[in-house]
Amino acid sequence: MGYKLNALTMDGILDALSKEYRVFAPKWDKAKKNVRFSQIRSVSEIVTDRQSDFSTKEAYYPISQVMMYFRSDTVEEEQLADERKILIIARPCDINAIRRLDTIFLENGNPDFYYARMRKLVFFALLECKESFENCFCVSMGSNQTDDYCMAFRFEKKDDGTAGDTYVEIKDPAFASYFESVSENDMVIDFKPKFVTENKKVMHAPDISRANLKAISDMEYWTQFDERCIGCGGCNTVCGTCSCFDTSDIIYEEGKPDGERRRVWSSCMIPNFTETAGGARSRKTQGANMRFKVFHKFYDFAARFGKENMCVGCGRCDMRCPRQISFFDTVNDLTKEIEKLEK
Amino acid sequence: MNEQQQFDTMVNIMKPEPHKILSVTHETQAEFTFRVAFDKPTHNGQFCMLSIPKVGEAPISISGKGDGYVEFTIRKVGRLTQGVFDLREGSTLFLRGPYGHWWPVEETFAGEDHHLLIISGGTGLAPVRTTLNYFYNNPDQIASLYLISGFKDVSGALFNEEREKWSKAEKFHTIYTLDASEAPGFETGMVTAHISKVPFDSFGDNYNVAIVGPPPMMHFSALECMKLGVPEDKIWVSFERKMSCAVGKCGHCKINETYVCLEGPVLHYPKARTLFD
Repeated sequence: MGYKLNALTMDGILDALSKEYRVFAPKWDKAKKNVRFSQIRSVSEIVTDRQSDFSTKEAYYPISQVMMYFRSDTVEEEQLADERKILIIARPCDINAIRRLDTIFLENGNPDFYYARMRKLVFFALLECKESFENCFCVSMGSNQTDDYCMAFRFEKKDDGTAGDTYVEIKDPAFASYFESVSENDMVIDFKPKFVTENKKVMHAPDISRANLKAISDMEYWTQFDERCIGCGGCNTVCGTCSCFDTSDIIYEEGKPDGERRRVWSSCMIPNFTETAGGARSRKTQGANMRFKVFHKFYDFAARFGKENMCVGCGRCDMRCPRQISFFDTVNDLTKEIEKLEK
Repeated sequence: MNEQQQFDTMVNIMKPEPHKILSVTHETQAEFTFRVAFDKPTHNGQFCMLSIPKVGEAPISISGKGDGYVEFTIRKVGRLTQGVFDLREGSTLFLRGPYGHWWPVEETFAGEDHHLLIISGGTGLAPVRTTLNYFYNNPDQIASLYLISGFKDVSGALFNEEREKWSKAEKFHTIYTLDASEAPGFETGMVTAHISKVPFDSFGDNYNVAIVGPPPMMHFSALECMKLGVPEDKIWVSFERKMSCAVGKCGHCKINETYVCLEGPVLHYPKARTLFD
């Protein structure tokens, strides 16, 4: 079942949804001058003509969150501030990225309490990708499609750039009730979202296995990043599949035990990611860090969990890097180097 | 609606519990042992996540255990562990665990005709201390135990009373060594220089080797053992890695497809030697 709704009607639907859901979509952040997943109230706020700079994960896995509060002899969990459900309007790559995060947080050992309690509130509405953007290689990663959504939307623009009609597919009947009140003037149609089937960029994923892992680890190839990469971690921050975090404690007043423990997104590209208390680092160079990231995204996640590769090919890391290091090129070039190695 | 939304959110695996500090022992100027009230079962070589005041959590090996307590031996290394040294007897320490895979003491090491070689570097003696005491207290479960324990210098030598006690035990053969200096009761030289003194030939096939210390020390000790004919599947090592969660989430301890918090810290060497950072 589907609808074609004008912007005013769609805003009414969003308004009704907002009573039960916090609705997140890619939205222009004036202050930061970028597109991030933020709460929206109107279809006119949804940015569709470019990729968002950040992935969807921050809608329910915050960059920084309080986990617990310490008193002298007790520890108290942070309570959920808002128990409303979360509806995320996201593209297929981002929905697929969240499945990768689910694997780490829910399947690797026991489930993570903070992730799980937010994740169970999350519902997806698919944002149709009409065409591939400059840095996308989702088709190569098989993440250009998904059926993991409750509704799908195609947002059209009018000639003057304002919000036009919205095409809606209702996949989960639980969402049908929000559309019952639309007037007969709004067309009931049979809409199915299209998926991108071709990107300009084609990723040739490297064939990494236990058999060649050591040889690939030892390749001179990685040293090119020792100087080039400045270890800012921007690539990890915008990645939809990067899940790593640090914890840190803050005390409210010197000499007193009261304080809080936070967890904050971390980054395997930051030089001290592996640094232990004594100052020793397991990985000492940016080349080693790059190798770690490439292996995680293109070998060991898949090997550990028996799933697809971790990278979803959204290309945001390439947009973000201040040193113009392209992860896409890094991996494609690695594939060529491995082929040479094996000849 | 979808299956993923059914998962259980009842248990917070990141939440520590308060534990009373029963005593604090100054092992050296830089290393203190904290005895903490604790009544969960633990295995030799496991670790806990300790909340270090003003900093956060760090994985610390269980260095001792007894009825109603465990011990942690912590080295004062810069900013990170400083806050813990302000804690006194009666203070509260927040911790969670125990975590990780352990030395296969009862499963593999023990046996009346089994021999065991333990090689430790520096504070690496802490994670094997409960194993040493297990065999000290159960001498019928081992044929012989060789301990090569190295320290940078005599001021860093840990567990002086216990080392003395072990050196006098009937089935124990101990070599205590200082990297480059001399002191009574100590040999001189790296631990690797002493491995050839172990009579592997007399062990037949019934022996195992446990190695723990800084990564290069473990690497070269394992190589030296293998040079002397020790098959790699008789060797176990224990990895020290940065961890922010210890439950497979934070990503810091991962090496290739292995999470040291979940599959380690004690790893069988045939696996450990195939992990590339």
